[in-house]
Amino acid sequence: GDWHCTASWKTHSGSVWRVTWAHPEFGQVLASCSFDRTAAVWEEIVGESNDKLRGQSHWVKRTTLVDSRTSVTDVKFAPKHIGLMLATCSADGVVRIYEAPDVMNLSQWSLQHEISCKLSCSCISWNPSSSRAHSPMIAVGSDDNSPNILAKVQIYEYSENTRKYAKAEALMTVTDPVHDIAFAPNLGRSFHILAVATKDVRIFTLKPLRKELTSSGGLTKFEIHIAAQFDNHNSQVWRVSWNITGTVLASSGDDGCVRLWKANYMDNWKCTGILKGNGSPVNGSSQQGIFNASLGSANTSLQNSLNGSSAGRYFFPPLDSPRAGSRWSSHAQLLPPPPLIEHSCDADTANLQYPHPRRRCVSRPLNLLPENEGV
Amino acid sequence: MFPCPVLFLYSRFIRNTMYLDLAEHLGLIFHLLLKKPDSSCVFVVRKDQDIYIQTLRKLFNESHGIFIGLQRSEEEFAGKSRKTQLVQVSKNYRSVIRACMEDMHQAAVSARDPALHSQYSTQVSILSAMELIWNLCEILFVEAAVAGPLLLRLLDWVRLHVCDVDNMVREVLSSENPSKHELFWNLGNTQTLTEMELKWQHWHEECQRYLQDGTFASNSHMESICKILLGDENAILEKKELMTTWYHFLVTRLLYSHPTVKPMELRFYAQSSMDLFLGGESSPEPLDTILMAAFEFELHQVIKECSIALSNWWFVAHLTDLLDHCKLLQSHNLYFGSNMREFLLLEYASGLFSHYSLWQLGVDYFDHCPEYGRVYLELHIERIPLNTEQKALKVLRICEQRQMHEQVRSICKIMAMKALRNNRLGSALSWSIRAKDAAFATLISDRFLKDYCEKGCFSDLDLIDNLGPSMLLSDRLTFLGKYREFHRLYGEKRFSEAAKLLLMLMTAHIAPCSFWMTLLTDALPLLEQKEVIFSAEQTYELMRCLEDLTAGKSDKQKFQDDDVETMKVEMLRLALARNLARVIVKEGTLEGS
Repeated sequence: GDWHCTASWKTHSGSVWRVTWAHPEFGQVLASCSFDRTAAVWEEIVGESNDKLRGQSHWVKRTTLVDSRTSVTDVKFAPKHIGLMLATCSADGVVRIYEAPDVMNLSQWSLQHEISCKLSCSCISWNPSSSRAHSPMIAVGSDDNSPNILAKVQIYEYSENTRKYAKAEALMTVTDPVHDIAFAPNLGRSFHILAVATKDVRIFTLKPLRKELTSSGGLTKFEIHIAAQFDNHNSQVWRVSWNITGTVLASSGDDGCVRLWKANYMDNWKCTGILKGNGSPVNGSSQQGIFNASLGSANTSLQNSLNGSSAGRYFFPPLDSPRAGSRWSSHAQLLPPPPLIEHSCDADTANLQYPHPRRRCVSRPLNLLPENEGV
Repeated sequence: MFPCPVLFLYSRFIRNTMYLDLAEHLGLIFHLLLKKPDSSCVFVVRKDQDIYIQTLRKLFNESHGIFIGLQRSEEEFAGKSRKTQLVQVSKNYRSVIRACMEDMHQAAVSARDPALHSQYSTQVSILSAMELIWNLCEILFVEAAVAGPLLLRLLDWVRLHVCDVDNMVREVLSSENPSKHELFWNLGNTQTLTEMELKWQHWHEECQRYLQDGTFASNSHMESICKILLGDENAILEKKELMTTWYHFLVTRLLYSHPTVKPMELRFYAQSSMDLFLGGESSPEPLDTILMAAFEFELHQVIKECSIALSNWWFVAHLTDLLDHCKLLQSHNLYFGSNMREFLLLEYASGLFSHYSLWQLGVDYFDHCPEYGRVYLELHIERIPLNTEQKALKVLRICEQRQMHEQVRSICKIMAMKALRNNRLGSALSWSIRAKDAAFATLISDRFLKDYCEKGCFSDLDLIDNLGPSMLLSDRLTFLGKYREFHRLYGEKRFSEAAKLLLMLMTAHIAPCSFWMTLLTDALPLLEQKEVIFSAEQTYELMRCLEDLTAGKSDKQKFQDDDVETMKVEMLRLALARNLARVIVKEGTLEGS
């Protein structure tokens, strides 16, 4: 299906930084945030049947949130199990959480929490986990540029005791400006995965430790690990986004590329694809053909192409196949291998009923990925 | 410094490697849908193009059936009969591949467009490779052919895929000493391996003697055949052009030199055959690597190489599942035996979910992934676009069958909201009832009632009339149902029943206070019937209700009441008074009737 624009309207008096959808359970609802210090909530109104035929839809503003005194840099709806809530963050470092107590009345939003992060905020992400073991949690990223080594990612957690959000963690290793942040969907894991877009792509795991009964009201302490760090973009990484199952991460950067990252089930992350801005793959091969044409082309050097990446190298141990570990090796009888005979042969020209798989493609010269070239 | 234009990636990426030492393969196929310049910011990138190929549909559907059958097959059979069962499953998978190949071949032949023809031909050869690999795996792993039958199977395997009868063999059969060769072909269960080896040795020695005696000296052709029969590699290699591949060479060589080859010996012969055949000029292609790994009984290597070489997970997912059922993965020295099976199945099934109808197959695959299947299903099923009611119902049924209550509730809520937004109150109500969403049901009932007040009639009468026990979901819904019942009774002229119900709605507080005025107004026609309907007691009740209602209003409200309101109240008072008068007379004069 084709994509076409069904609605377009000017409303904010400054750049619109972000838009986000609410869960369809609440209807067709959007929120936007802008440099003009406001955030707004929009609802799609089912218009006249004429409009439907013309493929047009109408959006009305339900509310404007004007509490911020500086540019509102991100707006995100909370996971639906929390209710109809949204969070905004501003350039002056304030995170605000609003709630609409009546889900059918989108004009009524009340400010429930105001969190002061002390650093200019650029992005927020709600933890989507609906597990009862996890309290509502929000990660905040800062793009503060002043020279300091303050942690640019903070995690706030809701405490039942104090009925407030309080800072649970700060990722001390992230000291460069953060442009985007995203919790991965939770597959029933006990720990959380957080992706950070900063000068590189970073993936953190946060394992909740036993809740300590501190005076701040039973906040969770976390064991933080960095699961992956990729500098392949070789430039600022602007956005990170997870797939449905939280198994693939997409990142985009100033190199004009989108990169896809995936972990095998040994939890080793690696790049599974590079796309240019228009969606075409970077190495340019295999554009046509449905099944991969690789069976006919020599791929061994293609396999090594990513090893050029400096950060990725850590994750790619040498390619020695573990023959010694084979369970058959201990049973092998000591038959002497037949003597090697050097023999020059002509190319085979047998004609087959079905084209032989081996004979189908000529191996192409492979374009090594410009991993370490600047963009 | 500003972020890149928003890229909307509608992609399901399921490509990855599973092993520590597995580097990345980037031969990904991306189907690019370029948009018109004015909407140039949105590019849709899709990864699993394979699932959209019509000719492969059969592959996915039928293999799904085989997969389910395998999962459900009881392991009551032990040993040999279980093995037979598994071999049959393997053969079934292969026949599906071959059927697909036939279809694809037909498509290629009938394709007019050369690009399309080449595309189909490519797919045919890939399917052929898949069948080749699967067949070998069946021989070596599923059937686990032992020495003796092993070579026979390999011969069949090579013949099947090369489609080129070994000319030399034909010649041999037609040669002077057929009987000598007959026993050679009786590599069956009738003889023990040792018997066979002895006979073969004897025959081999005879052949050798013939050669040395110069029996064939006059005929160089026969001489070279004899050499081949003796397994002379040079002689066999000379005929290289008759053999298409190194594995053809391997099997031929084994046939003439080591027909009783044992499975574990294969690896040496395979390696040297490949080396000899390729002669160091060309490097092994991925297919060669895969086959070699199979000959070396490196199961995990086979799966790994196949994952790299093939563009979708269909092959490795089904093959690995079968091998897991053969209990071959669990004893491996690495600890991800059954995990790997699940990993591959999850990847394959996830890919299916992006397809508008194949997602239903994916559901069953998730069902058979014990660790993550359910959560994957929960996450994916919520994202299926619910374009039509039928689709929504289909999805719902799947969720209900699996007690996925949260997903049921969510889907119903989404559908209810959609219906409500489009003012389809009946549909919204039935979705709320299905979701057992009391709050939403109340809301929709209120809307119904509001509509009634404004328009004077109900919409979706059928639905409300047939609510049944679901009426009890919410008080407002109960009221709606009962109120409609009142109207029905009135319409059927069952006035006294209608009257009783109406009164009950107020006295039992089923009706919200806000609605009492409407109810009392509904009572008017009943009060003004020629026949007296409300009894004296009922009339007193009605009067009390009215007074409660008016008394409840503050003075300010009364002041704000417009003339219509005041008039209504006056009319009611009058009607009630008149009814009272009539009924007193009636009850006074007619005793007990």
